[in-house]
Amino acid sequence: MIRFLFKGIFRDRQRSLLPVIVATIGVMLTVTLFCWLNGFLNDSIELNARFSTGHVKIMTAPYAKHIDQVPNDLALTGVDTLMKKLKSDFPDITWEERIHFGGLIDAPDKNGETREQGPAIGFGIDMLSGDKSEIGRFNLVKSLRRGRLPEKPGEILISELFSQKLKVNPGDTVTFIGSTMNGAMAMANFKIAGTISFGTIGMDRGSVIIDLKDIRSVLDMDNAAGEIVGYLPGNYYDEAAASKVVRRFHMLFPPSNDEYAPTIVTLSEQNNLGQMMGQIKQVGGFVVFVFVLSMSLVFWNAGLLGGLRRYIEFGTRLAIGEDYSHIYKTMIYESILIGIVGSITGTIVGLTISLYLQNHGLDIGSMMKNASIMMPAVFHARITPLAFFIGFIPGLLSTVAGTALSGIGIYKRKTAQLFKELEA
Amino acid sequence: MENSTLISIEALKKIFPTSGGKFTALNGINLTIGKAEFTGVVGPSGSGKTTLLNIIGSLDTPSEGRAVVLGQSISDLNVKQAALLRRSKLGFIFQSYNLLPVYTVFENVEFPLLLLKLDESQRKKMVLESLEWLGLTDKIKSKPAQLSGGECQRVAIARAMVKKPEIVLADEPTANLDAANSHNILKTMVQLNNELKTTFVFATHDDKVISYLKRKISLIDGKVLKDEIIKN
Ligand SMILES: Nc1ncnc2c1ncn2[C@@H]1O[C@H](COP(=O)(O)OP(=O)(O)O)[C@@H](O)[C@H]1O
Ligand SMILES: [Mg+2]
Repeated sequence: MIRFLFKGIFRDRQRSLLPVIVATIGVMLTVTLFCWLNGFLNDSIELNARFSTGHVKIMTAPYAKHIDQVPNDLALTGVDTLMKKLKSDFPDITWEERIHFGGLIDAPDKNGETREQGPAIGFGIDMLSGDKSEIGRFNLVKSLRRGRLPEKPGEILISELFSQKLKVNPGDTVTFIGSTMNGAMAMANFKIAGTISFGTIGMDRGSVIIDLKDIRSVLDMDNAAGEIVGYLPGNYYDEAAASKVVRRFHMLFPPSNDEYAPTIVTLSEQNNLGQMMGQIKQVGGFVVFVFVLSMSLVFWNAGLLGGLRRYIEFGTRLAIGEDYSHIYKTMIYESILIGIVGSITGTIVGLTISLYLQNHGLDIGSMMKNASIMMPAVFHARITPLAFFIGFIPGLLSTVAGTALSGIGIYKRKTAQLFKELEA
Repeated sequence: MENSTLISIEALKKIFPTSGGKFTALNGINLTIGKAEFTGVVGPSGSGKTTLLNIIGSLDTPSEGRAVVLGQSISDLNVKQAALLRRSKLGFIFQSYNLLPVYTVFENVEFPLLLLKLDESQRKKMVLESLEWLGLTDKIKSKPAQLSGGECQRVAIARAMVKKPEIVLADEPTANLDAANSHNILKTMVQLNNELKTTFVFATHDDKVISYLKRKISLIDGKVLKDEIIKN
């Protein structure tokens, strides 16, 4: 019986092709949007993790509290022993010391007088120890615009935009002016090795990248670091794994009275990322809901029109001895079939588009020139296992709901009335 | 009249609500129809023929009185029981054939057997047998759109006959057919009536149909005017 009905529905293009196309389009849009949201979330998380938050981050409590002001006077001290302990207690986590700092970059003229000056956002990261992992994490090789990477102490990178603003070039010397860990004035000359551009809004304006050892000596931060960031194995943020690290850390470093004792936070507890993840999940849910609703309306109407076309068929089937509920049930079966077929094709098309967006991305940098938040300039889609199934929710729910609603309209008619319409 | 009674109607009234009040389509019908009859309800348009056939066919219910078909009172049947009665014991033939356009001749005739949940080999045997009665064996794979009106009505008869129903209800079966096709179909139905002892009840005002009837029930304004046995 089911086979018989399915044969009919596939032979009747108006009943199969059109609804399948509608379902396909809706499912495709759902899947693509879902992957895109995922990609955006993933890119943002990854970007923040690499440049700023790590997957977990260790700081002193007061530093964490005033992190916006990069208060290096509140930095972690005795970092050597801390790092040794972390490396032996968490062998699968990669730990990196970092110093964030603010200050001014001064570009002098021939006489040593200030020619141009600008505020700098500084990153002190390990570039010269021989371990290239931070260079990789900041993607410095690919981000290099002019010049080269620092090769010896006293060399720095500055962002391409910043170099244009200061009218300086690789090979020029600039002066950094800031304050030491103890609050004294710090001043040092650096040679610009190269310029970089990350393609990341917020990172490309006033960034200065200095080797960790160099900035330690300039800021008087020997054996100190503002932050120690940790990366999970596989370099993919996993909330559960990060929480596990936090729990273990709390066991190994029980709360102490020392105000400057190390504390730990996960990525989601920083930069409002947890909130953003929650919001994006909500948006994802909302997208699915909107598609379910609007597609249901389409299928409801399509079902009513289709029902008009099928009065003869329904009337005849009633006369031959089907009862209403059976006809209603078969209509639902048909809609499930349409929904499944539409969901499959829509998911395939949506995943194909998403795969393209995953590999090529969509450049929104030009639209977002003035944004100051750390956000990827190129949107990538990201296909997760859920993307293979998410489209079935609007695909199936809307076809079935639409048919169920239109079916009630037909169901409510009395047998004889339907039959009379059949006679006419 | 034959010995066993299949249809028994007593003081049957059918009153339709209309915009202006009520309309009495059937006004106190009394009649019985027995096994293997070849009977026609005859009368002008609007006399209540279709309404009467629909009640006998459990597609509609009496307003007053009783209609007992194959031992079951139509008023007492719920929708499922009515559907079961139609599915297992009744066959319908319509003026406009009402074949399902997306299905082949074979599939159209097979449909009632699917509802009876017969297995495939049994269905195939019965469909082929029925198509053979109607001389349609060479049209098995055709779609209704590829058939003439006469052929369509033959398929509809094959569909009504395939499950060997007790009663076939035929409402103006020749209205859309030319004379040659009408006679052809009527002869086939007479033959089926003779061979399978199926009871046929027609609703018609077509003289060609009337000329084949063995009993003629004349209806006017919802009342039986005459009920006569015709001897050819
Ligand atoms: N559902 C209905 N509502 C109101 N009036 C109806 C309905 N069905 C039939 N009638 C009326 O009942 C009368 C008999 O109809 P019908 O049985 O179709 O006649 P026939 O088949 O003899 O032409 C007609 O006047 C018709 O208008
Ligand atoms: Mg009529």
